[in-house]
Amino acid sequence: MSRAALRILIIDENRIRAAIIEQGLREAGHGEVSVVHDMAGIARRIADIEPDVIVIDLENPNRDMLESMFQLSRAVKRPIAMFVDRSDSASIEAAVDAGVSAYVIDGLRKERVKPIVDMAISRFNAFSRMARELEEARGELESRKIIDRAKGILMKSRGLSEQDAYALLRKTAMNQNRKLADVAQSLVTAADLLGPGGL
Amino acid sequence: MAEHEINAGFMPLFDSAVLVIAREMGFAAREGIHLKLSRETSWANIRDRIAIGHFDVAHMLGPMPIACNLGLTPLASDTIVPFSLGLGGNCVTVSNAVWDGMAAHGALADLDPTRSGTALGRLIRARAAAGESPLRFAVTHPHSGHNYELRYWLAGCGIDPAREVEIVIVPPPFMADALAAGRIDGYCAGEPWNSVSVVAGTGHIATVKAAIWRASPEKVLGVRKSLARDHPDALSALLRALHHAARWCQEPANHNDLTALMAQPAFLGKPAEIQMRALTGRLDVGGGAVRRVEDFFLPFDKAANFPWKSHALWFYTQMVRWGDVAHSPEHAAIARDCYRPDLYRAALKPLGVALPGANAKVEGALTTATPVGSAGASLVLGPDGFFDGRIFDPDRLDAYIETQASSLQTID
Repeated sequence: MSRAALRILIIDENRIRAAIIEQGLREAGHGEVSVVHDMAGIARRIADIEPDVIVIDLENPNRDMLESMFQLSRAVKRPIAMFVDRSDSASIEAAVDAGVSAYVIDGLRKERVKPIVDMAISRFNAFSRMARELEEARGELESRKIIDRAKGILMKSRGLSEQDAYALLRKTAMNQNRKLADVAQSLVTAADLLGPGGL
Repeated sequence: MAEHEINAGFMPLFDSAVLVIAREMGFAAREGIHLKLSRETSWANIRDRIAIGHFDVAHMLGPMPIACNLGLTPLASDTIVPFSLGLGGNCVTVSNAVWDGMAAHGALADLDPTRSGTALGRLIRARAAAGESPLRFAVTHPHSGHNYELRYWLAGCGIDPAREVEIVIVPPPFMADALAAGRIDGYCAGEPWNSVSVVAGTGHIATVKAAIWRASPEKVLGVRKSLARDHPDALSALLRALHHAARWCQEPANHNDLTALMAQPAFLGKPAEIQMRALTGRLDVGGGAVRRVEDFFLPFDKAANFPWKSHALWFYTQMVRWGDVAHSPEHAAIARDCYRPDLYRAALKPLGVALPGANAKVEGALTTATPVGSAGASLVLGPDGFFDGRIFDPDRLDAYIETQASSLQTID
């Protein structure tokens, strides 16, 4: 008798990303999803969970250890192959691009497994996008702080209003074909180097 | 000269130095190659990225491309080896407890593989008689020089690696921690990961690769077969750049610069002092006992970059020996064809450097340093002996495989 629900194991040291994938799989109707963050005792966990599909992030340095475990049949009862269809190179490439790999028990139909792998890929990509946006937002906040400091320096040293200080920074940036934040950074650095009263 | 971009993957290990130097010291740029380096976290990632074409070439374990071509890996691709990244560089390190047990059975801090292995065998049997669990050794990958030389050493000392010890996989940077925490009792890994345990006071170097099999193959340059087919000139240019980089790495006058560069977090990220041990062969084996090992790691000398077909075939015999693959003429041919000395020769011919006269040699036959080579220039090979005095003649492959199978049976 074949089991109704596939057992899926997510191995990811990044808890937020793991949670995002887990949620995606549950929303898609996969009830039996386990998550492992810590590699200690992983052989035991795999033996207990008996997963049909294992999803792992590519940054994990323990992939070599896991693969050798899959090849020995002691920890895993059935042989595990990477992905389900070696000939599906587009899918494999999409996974590696996204930074994820999937190991699948031999003998599963690919129609059952592909949606899971596709889900992992799309959630990995969504996480990367989110991390990138967060990084950009952080950078934007930093830029705003630097521009405020540069404005303050100009206002103090040249007696400009806030509006004029900002206009001068913008004009300089346009003339030099540089980013406003870069011009502001140069001004702040110069002011720091010259010390108080230097400008 | 037209710039050709080549993407290369590497692992943070000391023997990635030749690739790193080819880029950082400008040898690749001088050959018109824009060499892009990507640091990876596992051999599996390297294999996957070379298979899907993210990488054109990569720092690989010597047996890895053979395993790929034999279809033994989850994701396989046609990978060839036109260049070797060095000879030697590994040690077998054991915990202090195991070392004390070995010392009680006659081991000395002299790295002698026969004496150490015999002592380890006695310890293993004493433990078995006392009902203790088997010792657990770690290697970095199943298809690695580490795995095969550890097994060769154990078997040569009468220890059955399949039954009397447990062999597991641990990534090199985690070896020292795993040993200190008692999760493993010993490991075979490249430097500096052995000296890391010695410095921490948690391990003792029992023997070295250069003593188990002197001047033996380790990491190689794995290349997508399509690169050799579609861009042979670019590949030749890269091999010349690697040749110059390897010579630079061998030169003692450059060792300070080399270790300073490799100490950067983007490459190896370990202090220069600890790297110097591999370069000089002066190892603290534990407890302050310093031993000098001849030819501990050779990035260039002794034709270290030549991809000998006999090296590929020896790895193949060990894959057969330990049950990774069944022996057949077809499989042997895949292993033989994986290493490509013809591409190495074609690339280096314009430089007029000394090249070996043959593509394969009888491994373990040279007991002293022997001048060989063609093209007038001088080339020295050997000594290249196995610790047990056996030789491997690649022309007598079947006989060698047979002997190893029966020598294992006598252990049963």
